[in-house]
Amino acid sequence: MSKVTLEDYAESMPIAWCPGCGNFGILEAFRRATVELQLEPERILLVSGIGQAPKLPHYTHANVFNGLHGRAIPEAIGARLANSELTVIVIDGDGGAYGEGLNHTLAAIRRNIRMTYMVHNNQVYGLTKGQASPTSDSGFVTKTTPMGAGQPLNPLALALASDISFLARGFAGDIDHLSGILQMAISHRGFALVDILQPCVSFNRVNTFQWYRERIYKLDEDKSYDPADKMKAFDKAQEWGERIPIGLLYRQERPVYEEQFHALEKLPLVKQKINPLDYGALLDEFT
Amino acid sequence: MIIHDREQTRFEDHSDACLDVPLNKLAMEAAGNKLMVNTVAAGAALGLIGYEFTCLESVLQKEFARAGDKVVADNTKAALAGFDFARQHRGGQQLKPIAGAPRRMLLNGNESLSLGMLAGGCRFVAGYPMTPSSSILEYIAGKSTRYGVVMVHAEDEIAAINMAVGAGYTGVRSMVATSGGGFALMVEGLALAGMTETPVVVVLGQRPGPATGLPTRTEQGELWFALHAGHGEFPRAVLAPATVAEAFVIAVKALNLAEKYQTPVIILTDHHLASSYNTLPRFDLKKVKVERGALLSDEEVSKPTDYRRYEVTDSGISPRALPGQGRALVVADSDEHDEAGHIIEDAATRIHMNEKRLRKARGLKAEISTPLVKRKQKAELNLIGWGSSYGAIHEAVGLLHEEGIAANHIHLSEIWPFPTEAVARALGNKARNIVIESNASAQMAMLIRRETGIKVSGSILRYDGRPISPKYILDNLKKEVS
Ligand SMILES: Cc1ncc(C[n+]2csc(CCOP(=O)(O)OP(=O)(O)O)c2C)c(N)n1
Ligand code: SF4
Ligand SMILES: [Mg+2]
Repeated sequence: MSKVTLEDYAESMPIAWCPGCGNFGILEAFRRATVELQLEPERILLVSGIGQAPKLPHYTHANVFNGLHGRAIPEAIGARLANSELTVIVIDGDGGAYGEGLNHTLAAIRRNIRMTYMVHNNQVYGLTKGQASPTSDSGFVTKTTPMGAGQPLNPLALALASDISFLARGFAGDIDHLSGILQMAISHRGFALVDILQPCVSFNRVNTFQWYRERIYKLDEDKSYDPADKMKAFDKAQEWGERIPIGLLYRQERPVYEEQFHALEKLPLVKQKINPLDYGALLDEFT
Repeated sequence: MIIHDREQTRFEDHSDACLDVPLNKLAMEAAGNKLMVNTVAAGAALGLIGYEFTCLESVLQKEFARAGDKVVADNTKAALAGFDFARQHRGGQQLKPIAGAPRRMLLNGNESLSLGMLAGGCRFVAGYPMTPSSSILEYIAGKSTRYGVVMVHAEDEIAAINMAVGAGYTGVRSMVATSGGGFALMVEGLALAGMTETPVVVVLGQRPGPATGLPTRTEQGELWFALHAGHGEFPRAVLAPATVAEAFVIAVKALNLAEKYQTPVIILTDHHLASSYNTLPRFDLKKVKVERGALLSDEEVSKPTDYRRYEVTDSGISPRALPGQGRALVVADSDEHDEAGHIIEDAATRIHMNEKRLRKARGLKAEISTPLVKRKQKAELNLIGWGSSYGAIHEAVGLLHEEGIAANHIHLSEIWPFPTEAVARALGNKARNIVIESNASAQMAMLIRRETGIKVSGSILRYDGRPISPKYILDNLKKEVS
């Protein structure tokens, strides 16, 4: 196999994000991660919902299923169970992941199906022009929340409470660090949630690049932090405001969902031949 | 034949068609437990036909073994009490197994449909339990290990359809099964299948709505819902098996059409068909043909090409490469897209792609079977039905014949794309057209008018949750005709 390079993940159409948007950094980190892992585009399936972030698959090269707002996870689960040879990476916004599709997010965490979930968390609905999202800071004023958004949802705490097997937070402004997290996530056996702090330069004037830079610190720089310690991870998940941790919060080994299905033991479903004559014994059960 | 306990039912029919069995009393005497009335009745049924009691004894042993010896013994006593009662009071008949007779299958509509799905190569099923379709999910889940199927009990119906679409995109035959309420949640996913041109089969087992309705009863109230569900315009097929046997055949056809036309196919059944048992000749698996449509070969996708998932063609069907099959990258999009699958905004591409998708309906229409037409000489009536009412209408036609009334029977089990010419021909004679269906608004009659311009003379409608019966048809026909 020839070497995979950044060229293989070049843009396949002009990018329509606002200049300066945090999504550019995330796209670059994604490219670097796949090149580091030497993954060919044809082995990857990118599944996304609808939003600004979910346009990412169009801006690179891979197999793509760009589905519905909030439904990327079930679409990805169907694809992954049907072809377990694909490396499945799901890309969503915070609205899709923690609002419209929250039920699916929690169910996927619980199942522990092998895939990476990149949630570009800009704390706002970007595509629909700036309404509050489930992670908007309390009091965040938008056209649909003129009195200010209510209590935000804490996706990291929620994921830990659902016994997630891989949980990390990245920052769109630190491409190398994020690429490292994505490499770990893609290599993880199980469901990996990567919540990515993504400044939206058009609709979120509060949580800006500057705002994040003043607050974030890297967990990996603290040698005493143990990502196998769930209660510690819970503590870190509560930190927001003054100081915001990024890096690998928690990782554990848990049986993966695909292993439950005997049908997948030998070959992926898509490679199994269809032969109607195999079902004679089933008919006999009714005679 | 009806076995009943007059003490309970107050049902005063003393004809040969009824046998009054003191079920409660016998259950108490034999086993000291009122709960055993069902077993008494089963015993009575066996007694009536004069079959060997040991047959029931072994079934009870098998069914109740887990509950312990006492439960088995009590049930056996209860069954024997019913058996003896029936022998004493109506012991005329004696049935014996015929030696050497071919073994027939005994199964219900959902079982038949599930077998068709498995034999037709459905390998991915997702669902959320809802009567009357749960038994399809349960049956297939039970066979999944042995037969290489994945059945996911999803977190909700929205997840179920989106999973099935995801599986369909990768090239695995996939299916969801639900009822009206679940289907309502699936509607956005149905349109997704239409837009992304992904094969998927949806089994919609109808029960009376709206909302929760009568969960354990039957209705055909979702014909228009199935025809129109989904935002935007995209081709689909709607098939409604008329009999238990046909459920098997239609399951296979639905899987084939979904893949050949890369679009959703809905199988419209109902509680009545789902739970009706038939004895049938063993299905012929050699007749099951798997037609996968335009799939590119491994050779064709081996080079890194600029593969276009939505290549515009005359038929509207774009040859499919599968993700991971070779080096071709497969890009599918729920946004309007260009031939390569990438999101677009321009008007010209939108028009092109919209027309391409809708063109698939032409080929699809040619696949739809014409309705079944059974003609009688000098018929005064055309009795028109669809789906599960087949048996009742068939029997009603026979009863009418005995009364000297000749009626044709016209039955649709493949409804969309609508077989316009064939229906117009069948209804275009001098006979009065009466549509018989289980809903309150005469949905098939409206559809016939919309598609053929023919206004039927009348409708026999039933919407009390009970299946249409021959007697119901005759009673209402008299009202309709007088
Ligand atoms: C069922 C449905 N509801 C609403 C929308 C409209 N919509 C599209 S994207 C979006 C929210 C986008 O926010 P987010 O998921 O955070 O992504 P972002 O644009 O911020 O990256 C909404 C409400 C839709 N496409 N589908
Ligand atoms: S609206 Fe916000 S999230 Fe969307 S592209 Fe612009 S900056 Fe990025
Ligand atoms: Mg957002």
